[in-house]
Amino acid sequence: MGLDFSVVPGFFDVILQGVFWTIAITVSAAVLSFFGGIFFAVIALYAPRAISWPMKGFEWLFMGTPLLLQLFLIYFGLIQIGIDLPAFVAGFVGLGLHFAVYNSELIQTAILAVDKGQMEAARTLGLSRGQALRHIVIPQAVRDVIPPIGNNMIALLKDSALVSVIGVSELTLSAQLAIGRTYRPFEFYAVVAVCYYIINLGMEAVLRRLERRVQASR
Amino acid sequence: MTHHRPFVDIRHAQKCYGELEVLKDISLQVEQKQIVAIIGPSGSGKSTLLRAINDLDPLTSGEVWLDGVQVNKLLPHTQYEKHINQIRQQIGMVFQHFNLFPHLTVRENITLAPKLLKGISDDEANVLAEQQLEHVGLIDRIDYHPSQLSGGQKQRVAIARALAMKPKLMLFDEATSALDPELVEEVNQVMKMLAEEAMTMIIVTHEMGFAESVCDRVLFMDGGVVVEEGAPEVIFRNPTQERTKNFLRKHLEGVK
Repeated sequence: MGLDFSVVPGFFDVILQGVFWTIAITVSAAVLSFFGGIFFAVIALYAPRAISWPMKGFEWLFMGTPLLLQLFLIYFGLIQIGIDLPAFVAGFVGLGLHFAVYNSELIQTAILAVDKGQMEAARTLGLSRGQALRHIVIPQAVRDVIPPIGNNMIALLKDSALVSVIGVSELTLSAQLAIGRTYRPFEFYAVVAVCYYIINLGMEAVLRRLERRVQASR
Repeated sequence: MTHHRPFVDIRHAQKCYGELEVLKDISLQVEQKQIVAIIGPSGSGKSTLLRAINDLDPLTSGEVWLDGVQVNKLLPHTQYEKHINQIRQQIGMVFQHFNLFPHLTVRENITLAPKLLKGISDDEANVLAEQQLEHVGLIDRIDYHPSQLSGGQKQRVAIARALAMKPKLMLFDEATSALDPELVEEVNQVMKMLAEEAMTMIIVTHEMGFAESVCDRVLFMDGGVVVEEGAPEVIFRNPTQERTKNFLRKHLEGVK
């Protein structure tokens, strides 16, 4: 039994749907992980211990355990305490928070690296600490970590394949669906691999543009 | 009973870092429109004193008053933050290393605080930025980023940024110390202009020539105390204290 790619066009709509959901969950989880990362970083650095210590535990949970387990916990586990999330939402929250914790580490380091004079100058003008963080310190910190955050986002795209196990019909699950009907794993996994690669190229192009824009304002 | 309280009134300022006492019971009064220079060797406490005036370096004990209001009054934290932010809007400060916001344009550097704190519109903010840049002679740099400016230009923008808040008092913390010698003059010119406009200024400086020509009073600090103070011609021509003489002699040798 040789390879036969002629079965692929028949599943064009299934794969296209997979592409759509992969992009949807990657982009939405990326946005959550970005703003969540800033939020966690500010809490870790500036919140009183009563808040920042529980955060540490939360961070440990997300950094120290497998993403797959986290997805199971959020999708299957939370039902037991009455939180029944749709698969997409569970995947979005799991992926988003998982990478928010990694982004938070990067952003914390970058916030601490912003010159102290920046905060002083802002406070001297009469800005509150919150205003100084929001308008002066955090924009500079984020600007400095766009490349490593970009790397995290590429990892997020690849890890989005994991949400297939909780039933989000993204690319990997689409492939499995098509394979289940045709018994042609090589053809569909290969096509889906190419799809991931193309989405990846698109993301890298967006990130490069972002970096260039930021570089221009240095 | 009314008694006159000076515009800036520092009373018995003491500042300690652990065992180290960097300000030892300093009192300083500055009247409106006065220009006071603080000179002294590094580590003498002059910057600390300046930074105590807007509470950037809070005093260990003592009081700071500005225009009849106590700057460092005891308040619960949130109330104090509100109070100090209000006070700081009235005190402009210029730093040795400019501290411009590198991610913002010159225009945004100037308009950020007035927009956030005074709620002025974009149009009003633009007019304000143009006025302030006209004032320091940098209107053609309005849409540049700080990284595209020379040191002297950066410091002039920093002055414009401070002035945009319409402060009652300007503090200069070694504003020209980080500049290449050929760029010092343009910043000095702007400061002279402010002096002519009757701005109240307290200037920590290493530039004795500038202090002598612009200031009404000079304080010489060493080891956390004011060793000697008086009119510039007295401090620079006829100092009475040995420490002042030594400092000025060493400084002149350094310049030559």
